[in-house]
Amino acid sequence: MQNHFELFGLTPAFALQGDALERSYRDIQSKVHPDRFAHAGDAERRASLQWTTRVNEAYRTLKDPVQRAKHLLELHGVDVAFETNTAMPPEFLMQQMELREALEAAKDAPALDALRKDLVGEKRSMEKAIAEAIDAKKDYDGAAGLVRKLQFLDRLDEEINAAYEEIE
Amino acid sequence: MALMQISEPGMSPEPHQARLAVGIDLGTTNSLVATVRSGVPVVLPDANGRPLLPSIVRYVDSRKVEVGYAAQARQADDPKNTIVSVKRFMGRGVKDVVHLESAPYDFVDAPGMLQLRTVAGVKSPVEVSSEILRVLRERAELSLQGNISGAVITVPAYFDDAQRQATKDAGRIAGLNVLRLLNEPTAAAIAYGLENASEGIYAVYDLGGGTFDISILKLSKGVFEVVSTSGDSMLGGDDFDQRVFCWIAEQAKLAPLGARDMRLLQVKAREAKEYLTLHGEAAIAAKLSTGEFVDLVLSTETFCGITQTLVQKTLGPVRKALRDAGLTVDEIKGVVMVGGATRMPQVQRAVGEFFRRDPLNNLDPDKVVALGAAMQANVLAGNKPQGEDWLLLDVIPLSLGIETMGGLTEKIIPRNTTIPAGRAQEFTTFKDGQTGMSVHVVQGERELVSDCRSLARFELKGIPPMVAGAARIRVAFQVDADGLLSVSAKENTSGVEASITVKPSYGLADADVERMLRDSFDHAREDMHARALAEQRVDGQRLIEATRAALAADEGLLSSQEKTAIETAVAALERLLPGTDHRKIKQAVEALNRATDEFAARRMDAGIKRALAGRKIGSL
Repeated sequence: MQNHFELFGLTPAFALQGDALERSYRDIQSKVHPDRFAHAGDAERRASLQWTTRVNEAYRTLKDPVQRAKHLLELHGVDVAFETNTAMPPEFLMQQMELREALEAAKDAPALDALRKDLVGEKRSMEKAIAEAIDAKKDYDGAAGLVRKLQFLDRLDEEINAAYEEIE
Repeated sequence: MALMQISEPGMSPEPHQARLAVGIDLGTTNSLVATVRSGVPVVLPDANGRPLLPSIVRYVDSRKVEVGYAAQARQADDPKNTIVSVKRFMGRGVKDVVHLESAPYDFVDAPGMLQLRTVAGVKSPVEVSSEILRVLRERAELSLQGNISGAVITVPAYFDDAQRQATKDAGRIAGLNVLRLLNEPTAAAIAYGLENASEGIYAVYDLGGGTFDISILKLSKGVFEVVSTSGDSMLGGDDFDQRVFCWIAEQAKLAPLGARDMRLLQVKAREAKEYLTLHGEAAIAAKLSTGEFVDLVLSTETFCGITQTLVQKTLGPVRKALRDAGLTVDEIKGVVMVGGATRMPQVQRAVGEFFRRDPLNNLDPDKVVALGAAMQANVLAGNKPQGEDWLLLDVIPLSLGIETMGGLTEKIIPRNTTIPAGRAQEFTTFKDGQTGMSVHVVQGERELVSDCRSLARFELKGIPPMVAGAARIRVAFQVDADGLLSVSAKENTSGVEASITVKPSYGLADADVERMLRDSFDHAREDMHARALAEQRVDGQRLIEATRAALAADEGLLSSQEKTAIETAVAALERLLPGTDHRKIKQAVEALNRATDEFAARRMDAGIKRALAGRKIGSL
């Protein structure tokens, strides 16, 4: 499979080093973007479109913590199995149910803002735990469980967004 | 492809001669054309020194068309043949258009895009728009004394695929080589950002005549990155006019109006709105064809009252764009105001209150989009040396998806994905021996397919017969730098390339565009063959130049055999260019394109390697 880290000249790791990814992405885009080939022949324009599409997809994957972790684990031969492995520790599920109840009850922007703030904190600590598991302990199976949890939190984030739209 | 001529057949232009490129703001109310002259972007005025071209087209008879001020002057006398705000109809069906009842046209509910019956026959909004673009092209050619090598045409960021395609088709019919469709707020950000050397996160609030866009951009050295965009492609200054128009009808207790009186009062409504920008009240007086008189005074207070919901309606998309960007109001460094409708004081006030800062409007909101488009056209034409140019990263405004079981949407490419973007999806058959399959592509955020915009239906045929579920049909979606979607499909277990028939739900089939192209020649009495030849020559010349430049830069990537093969193809094309057979030239162009396929791919790889190497050295 394709190694997205390699494309950007980065060492595969969950924790991103400063803005190395952004800089690399921009450097590459400035060479391959279709805007550089608007007056070129079909062959170059086609190659440019293919490359830019690939670079964008890779960047999108690495920018998003869940997708980045999933990609890393796949490189290590571990399937995160979002669809098939839905077993979660009971205490985590309990907490999720409480959060969703709070979301149901939130009827205005300040209430949603408060929920969002908590959730952002929750996500940050989950990301720290994933970095610890993958980069330091190399505990890929353990990390897979954390990534599934983080995806749960992402979904809740989307639901909060939908709730904002509802009250507007 | 554009109509362009080479000065002397077979003679190549000066190698470093700048290509004439223009930026066109094809607006709902007004359109403009701009170019970069000696490094400075300028709007090109008409022969009378007027920079704006009212986006109004009047079909005088079956041959004669008036565009701009001449058409504007006659709009109340000849409302059915004088098309205003045609942008609202681009890529739209009759059922999509709001306030249809107060638009004084004979609509024809054609499959896909609506059409208008005029004295010159039934016209598609694409053809009407192409008349505006044609006038701007002629204006630019006269002003720049040469043929335009390419144009950037701006579109609302929130335009969907059908609206974008319609705009590109209009450009083609107008004889323009459309280098890129550029989102209006992004164009404004380029003009604003370069003018002010800005860095940081900016919001562009663009309320035009018929559309509203909000874009959040990250500006940093040489990069304009759109983080999120939202809007409403059915909300603009026209709606404010409409509110005033309704207010007039109500206050004056008018009976249902004929087309002429309707247009007259719409013009009066617009004038009143514009007057209120600098004055506390506006007098509205008109004599209707029924002999009735309208004599009213509209105060700023009343005007703000009847349009308040419209102003509020723009803030929903603003909040959504911020949420999608994961940003709060405090993180926005400045708000750039674009579009004539942002001149209204209540709009300025509402935006200022929302962002808790004074909006930026030091560039003319009517011109800033065209100026930015001209700057981008100049870069795309290759007139700026590398290092002095910039990189533009834009996004797709609405999610692309397909219909799944039960009329639900499955998103394939989510909104705010950076373009160009691609995604592949696998499908399988559900019946034994099934050889065909239908894929319905939609655009929008809603869960139900019926709430999204239907873009096209693809019929896949020629799938080898297999048991149900055994076929693996990979459907690839590709969104290009114009934000336009294309789809291809392949059966993976057998490697059979399934053939695709596209039935656009909106927009025009290729055959329609061809017909309109032919009509436009009849109209201008141009010779189709001469035009095709001119286009092929330009295409061929461009390719020869590009190939030679590529060889000069990277011939080390080729073996001597490979290099000879490409040089042979270049020479073959060059020999054919002065000839008069456009088909032969086309074949030679295609042959050269094939010959350089591998070279192009290697150059991209090398470019990436160089980019990364440069970065590592730079950061050590």
